[in-house]
Amino acid sequence: MVYVKRILLDVLKPHQPNALEFSQAIANVGVDYRVHLIVLEVDENTETIQIEVTGSTIDFEAIQSTIKDLGGSLHSIDEVEVQSEIDPV
Amino acid sequence: MLDQIKFLLDITRTHDIVRRYFVVNGFDGALTMLGLIIGFIVSETDDLAVIINVCLGAAIALGMSGLSSAYISESAERKRALGKLEQAMISDLGDSAHGDASRWVPLLIALVNGLAPLMISFLILLPIWLATSGMTLPLSPPYAAIIVALFIIFLLGVFLGRIADISWLRSGLHTLLVAVVTAVLIYLFTGH
Repeated sequence: MVYVKRILLDVLKPHQPNALEFSQAIANVGVDYRVHLIVLEVDENTETIQIEVTGSTIDFEAIQSTIKDLGGSLHSIDEVEVQSEIDPV
Repeated sequence: MLDQIKFLLDITRTHDIVRRYFVVNGFDGALTMLGLIIGFIVSETDDLAVIINVCLGAAIALGMSGLSSAYISESAERKRALGKLEQAMISDLGDSAHGDASRWVPLLIALVNGLAPLMISFLILLPIWLATSGMTLPLSPPYAAIIVALFIIFLLGVFLGRIADISWLRSGLHTLLVAVVTAVLIYLFTGH
């Protein structure tokens, strides 16, 4: 089974919710997610951010859905780290 | 539920609007009740049922006016803000938290705007209700209602003082002064 361990996303989002609330909401998607968010650019109504999520089993669909719920728009997946592991019996 | 309300107010940055509506319309309700009750005192009306019915009518009208006007104006404002944000994001935000906020925040603001004068009016009318239900008050029920009204107006001033981070006593006395001036004006222009 292949598990996603790290993803780096480029996202456009409104100013609200702010970077802290945004990253907390994404971290809340999984049990062991670590989120690193960088604000790259700030415009009048929006900001471009880079989000790095690391965890043992990242659920990309759930993260994408959370980003959409918060009003964000996923522009690109810039980096991915996946690992194949033997499923526990 | 409360967390969700707080979140929606956060993302629309409407905390201050809710607060402003609460104070403005609450003040309206308190001053209207004060004016009506002073009018009854000047008219030397003893019938407490008439006082209650007239004041209740005015309170309900104020509540409905606050509810409908705030809902209409805030709906328009939120739709405009959402449209502007959608333009900037180049995407439909209808299913996002911003879409939820544009639907729920106007309702929340309308409820605050409508309930503030209604609840404050109920509190002011409480001594008159208690008197009609047989409770003996230390002073005449309309005068007791006026004291409650002045106290609530003072509290609204205290609330404003705490928001502005200025002396709560000074702010409370300012709003109380407005109420006293209103009462004096009513006595001057009525009772002929």
